[in-house]
Amino acid sequence: MTSDSKPYSGEQSNAAPLPAGGPNPPRSPDPEPDALPEAAPAGESLARDAWRRLSQNRAAMASLALLIAIIVMCIVGPCLPWGLAEVDWNAFGTGPTLENAHFLGTDANGRDLLTRVLYGGRVSLSVALVASFVSLVIGVLYGAISGYLGGRVDNLMMRFVDIMYSLPFMFLVILLMVVFGRNIFLIYAAIGAVEWLDMARIVRGQTLALKRREYIEAAHALGVRDSKIVTRHLIPNAIGPVIVYVTLTVPKVILLESFLSFLGLGVQEPLTSWGVLISEGVSMMEGSPWMLLVPSAFLAVTLFCLNFLGDGLRDALDPKTR
Amino acid sequence: MTQSLLEIDKLSVTFQLPTGPVAAVKNVSFSIAEGETLALVGESGSGKSVTSTATMRLLPELAETAGAIRFNGENLLEVTPKRMRRVRGNDISMIFQEPMTSLNPLHRIGRQIGEVLEKHKQLKGQRNRDRVLALLEQVGIPEPERRIDSYPYELSGGQRQRVMIAMALACEPKLLIADEPTTALDVTVQAQILDLLKSLQAQYGMAILFITHDLSIVRHFADTVCVMRYGEVVETGRTGEVFDAPKHDYTRMLLDAIPRGRKEPAPADSPVLLSGRDVKVRFALKKRLLGKSEYFEAVRGIDLSIRRGETLGIVGESGSGKSTLGRALLRLLKSTGDIRFEQTDLQALDKSGMRPLRSRLQVVFQDPFGSLSPRMTVGEVISEGLKVHHPEMTRRQRDAEVVKALEEVALDPAMRNRYPHEFSGGQRQRIAIARALILKPELLLLDEPTSALDRSVQVRVIDLLRDLQKKYGLTYLFISHDLSVVRALSDHVLVMKEGQVIEQGPSEALFTQPREPYTQALLKAAFIEEGAAA
Amino acid sequence: MLSYTLKRLLQAIPTLLIVITISFFLMRVAPGGPFDGERQLPPEIEANLMAAYHLDEPLPMQYLRYMGNLIQGDFGPSFKYKDFSVTELIAQGFPVSLEIGGLAILLALLLGLPLGIAAALKRNSTVDYLVMGTALTGIAVPNFVIAPIFALVFGVLLGWLPAGGWNGGALPNLILPVVALSIQQIAYIARMMRASMIEVLGSHFIRTARAKGLNEGEVIWRHAIRPALLPVVSYLGPAIAGIITGSVVIEQIFGIPGIGRYFVQGALNRDYTLVMGTVVFYGILIVVMNLIVDLLYSALDPQIRYDD
Repeated sequence: MTSDSKPYSGEQSNAAPLPAGGPNPPRSPDPEPDALPEAAPAGESLARDAWRRLSQNRAAMASLALLIAIIVMCIVGPCLPWGLAEVDWNAFGTGPTLENAHFLGTDANGRDLLTRVLYGGRVSLSVALVASFVSLVIGVLYGAISGYLGGRVDNLMMRFVDIMYSLPFMFLVILLMVVFGRNIFLIYAAIGAVEWLDMARIVRGQTLALKRREYIEAAHALGVRDSKIVTRHLIPNAIGPVIVYVTLTVPKVILLESFLSFLGLGVQEPLTSWGVLISEGVSMMEGSPWMLLVPSAFLAVTLFCLNFLGDGLRDALDPKTR
Repeated sequence: MTQSLLEIDKLSVTFQLPTGPVAAVKNVSFSIAEGETLALVGESGSGKSVTSTATMRLLPELAETAGAIRFNGENLLEVTPKRMRRVRGNDISMIFQEPMTSLNPLHRIGRQIGEVLEKHKQLKGQRNRDRVLALLEQVGIPEPERRIDSYPYELSGGQRQRVMIAMALACEPKLLIADEPTTALDVTVQAQILDLLKSLQAQYGMAILFITHDLSIVRHFADTVCVMRYGEVVETGRTGEVFDAPKHDYTRMLLDAIPRGRKEPAPADSPVLLSGRDVKVRFALKKRLLGKSEYFEAVRGIDLSIRRGETLGIVGESGSGKSTLGRALLRLLKSTGDIRFEQTDLQALDKSGMRPLRSRLQVVFQDPFGSLSPRMTVGEVISEGLKVHHPEMTRRQRDAEVVKALEEVALDPAMRNRYPHEFSGGQRQRIAIARALILKPELLLLDEPTSALDRSVQVRVIDLLRDLQKKYGLTYLFISHDLSVVRALSDHVLVMKEGQVIEQGPSEALFTQPREPYTQALLKAAFIEEGAAA
Repeated sequence: MLSYTLKRLLQAIPTLLIVITISFFLMRVAPGGPFDGERQLPPEIEANLMAAYHLDEPLPMQYLRYMGNLIQGDFGPSFKYKDFSVTELIAQGFPVSLEIGGLAILLALLLGLPLGIAAALKRNSTVDYLVMGTALTGIAVPNFVIAPIFALVFGVLLGWLPAGGWNGGALPNLILPVVALSIQQIAYIARMMRASMIEVLGSHFIRTARAKGLNEGEVIWRHAIRPALLPVVSYLGPAIAGIITGSVVIEQIFGIPGIGRYFVQGALNRDYTLVMGTVVFYGILIVVMNLIVDLLYSALDPQIRYDD
């Protein structure tokens, strides 16, 4: 298809509706066929445009609401009547009941499952946030440096990433956990150190593409300083794909942490996480299936929402759909 | 008139979009006789490609058609899909604007051409291959025996378009639809492809529906012209008549949209503003970690000088190094050789030494979509240079300057709080000009400033550039592949090919008496000799 | 093609060296020796053990010795499974893991590709929404959740299939683990194939193919599928790595005697040589798989063979 056979891909879609009684310029600005309606005082920035499109995506907005709900629940979890390791001597392995406020039942040791799931959620989500942040920092720095310097340095740095890509990372992380013991900070660092590769590639690609953009060249021609070019032009324009990628990294990290914890190589008592709870649930699933289903549901819903949100953000920020 | 081969009768095409229906083609009628060439002319968004695509019934499903498309009396809009497939590639063939992507990248070209013969003529095996070889020979592919087994990526754009033509001709169709077949190609290649189409048309006696935005081609190529705008036909007629006596205002406007007039020469005693001696630029193709890197010499030692108030046009096809030279002269790219601005040796300056000079040397780029940062408002874009060069200005003063600059380029200053994506191509280019002008530069590098725009918009931007030059005594370094624009704007012209200057001289002399064969070929391909008469 | 293969083989060597080196030094800086924990051994016995395992030598010597042994296919003795060498354990486990993993990747392709194509062809239809909704579920629900639920439902509650065990690789024992292992990859492959198919169907050369008068079947089969496969093929590397990783939990959950289970047991028991041997083995496996995938890609895309 040539461009003029796609009447819908033009700029019409972006044109703001004509405001009633808006300023009517005396001179006709530009009598072009695709000229806009008269000027609205303020334009719509890309960020606001993206937010508008995201808010029209019902699945993404529902996911966002659900995610916020889960996060809030995990934060207020300690307000529940039962403590993390508190044993209810009257309820060993009971199913979900309103009695004694065991809304989602108890485990075999008489500990309230909802309380444990919410505490576990804190660990899982904190790992997700910290490790994603670690991967974000490493990835952005590495990718931006590689892309900005270009040439031989870029070549060397990307060759290194290629090699890292083909490593059996999961196993090296496990090795790390075996060697240094199961420590939550190590989990943060190890997972973050695994997940930065994609981010580095994305940021490098963005930097390379943006470097060639004519508005960057125009800024050079204006004599704008390098530091200003980076802060005013490079970063704001590279940030969209980075945000999208972070939303897609978070579920990966959560999955990785629960995978490790499930195998018994992640967080340890007295801490717990969704992976640990699922693992406990598996061993008890014949008698007390809720012990498997409850933490699994929390994990799955969170992952589901994050994926939906990431897809929604990508659609909202993708310049191709604009 | 002979019996009409194709008759488009009150054709309407409506796209049913989620946002509501959009009428792309409204009530269009025209007809083509056997062996005739009809040019469907219009600017982007005029519905010309939709019309031709509808003829092949290749529109996406969300397109609704009404009216009739009669081919040899048969309404193609009503035949079964099976019958339609018998028509496609057999009775009616089509070539497209995008030679680089219209061939399947994973199949050898011989197979792609042979596929049509197999489908419609049941030609298989050696006989199929022989016919493909003959076709390749006919469309002027060198060494067809070897090329038949090539993959598309091994061919140049012009060669790929030739392969597309071979594919279209394989079954000797009665009608060939050519949708902007030369737009993506360099002018010299463009001329070769047009010549090829002409000679093949004579040989096969087929009719051609030629879709284009380029009127200079139409004049030489078509028997009949049909001008479209906003999905409607505004004028139809014999080519000569339409060109000589256009009836509709829009047609007249399109015909006038060829830049006319010549530049008034700068005073003979004006001093040299910018000069370059032996300017060279090279790019690394492959940077090896060890061993020698491979380089590509984009600019191979060029001398030039521009006097104050002059326009130097730099002309060349893609890959000639003209843009690279322009960027090198402004120190936007590393180069070797001597570059002087007035008396200052630019090569001796570092970044901060260059900075004060930047306000005097400004640039406007080709791509109106890529040259404005999408996350800044137009006001911020235009005032960015002021922040660098006039840090003493208050916000209010800067804003006043922005308003002035926008008025200068005939844009409404009330639009300054909007973002670039809310503007059309021509408006964006005006914004880019305002960004450069606000610094009151002396020299402006114009790198293909109009080639991404429709003709009618192009002419207005050129008028603007001309007015500004006169008003402020600006010096232009004008880079373009479009010879008619260069001719209208330049005092001197420099013709580049493969990083070197082929020919240079005063504009008028170069256009009327080109010495070098390459320049002659360029001018011929752009039909410039007619331009002289106009 | 041959030189390309050789080049890719040479590029694989540094990767393997890095895996081996990282694993080796990580293991050696580990706090606590391999003989800690059980009970306090008399110093002279411990010294004998150390000498027997060459742990008394300087580190570089140990490293060279390990490398030398590796080249001969010797991963050293297992510290915990006293009667077995690591090589023997891997040799025992690998056929089992290979069977599960191979079947899973096969199933992922056999289901994922057609589902993705169908969704792309029937875009925005019920089929599309159904496939993509299921795929998203497959991605959001991890295999270590799916596997036990399968075991519970089909094994325990319905009793259709064994909930665990290997039984010499009998078909009923294979079904649940293979399905559980492949679900996530089916989902990824279907999504990817759909996206890439939609992109290809919108490309210019598909329009050319239609303009030639080919019917939809010919257009899709001859012109669309192969280009659409390319991104999926380049995803196969990560997919295989994902299957290998997944096999670790799946083998654990279903009690299947593959390498994954040895690996987890080794990790939990601090059986250093076993863990390290498995990591190195997995490293080699992934590198070899990536190589095969790259060669497959170059066979599909003519341009790769000449470039690079």
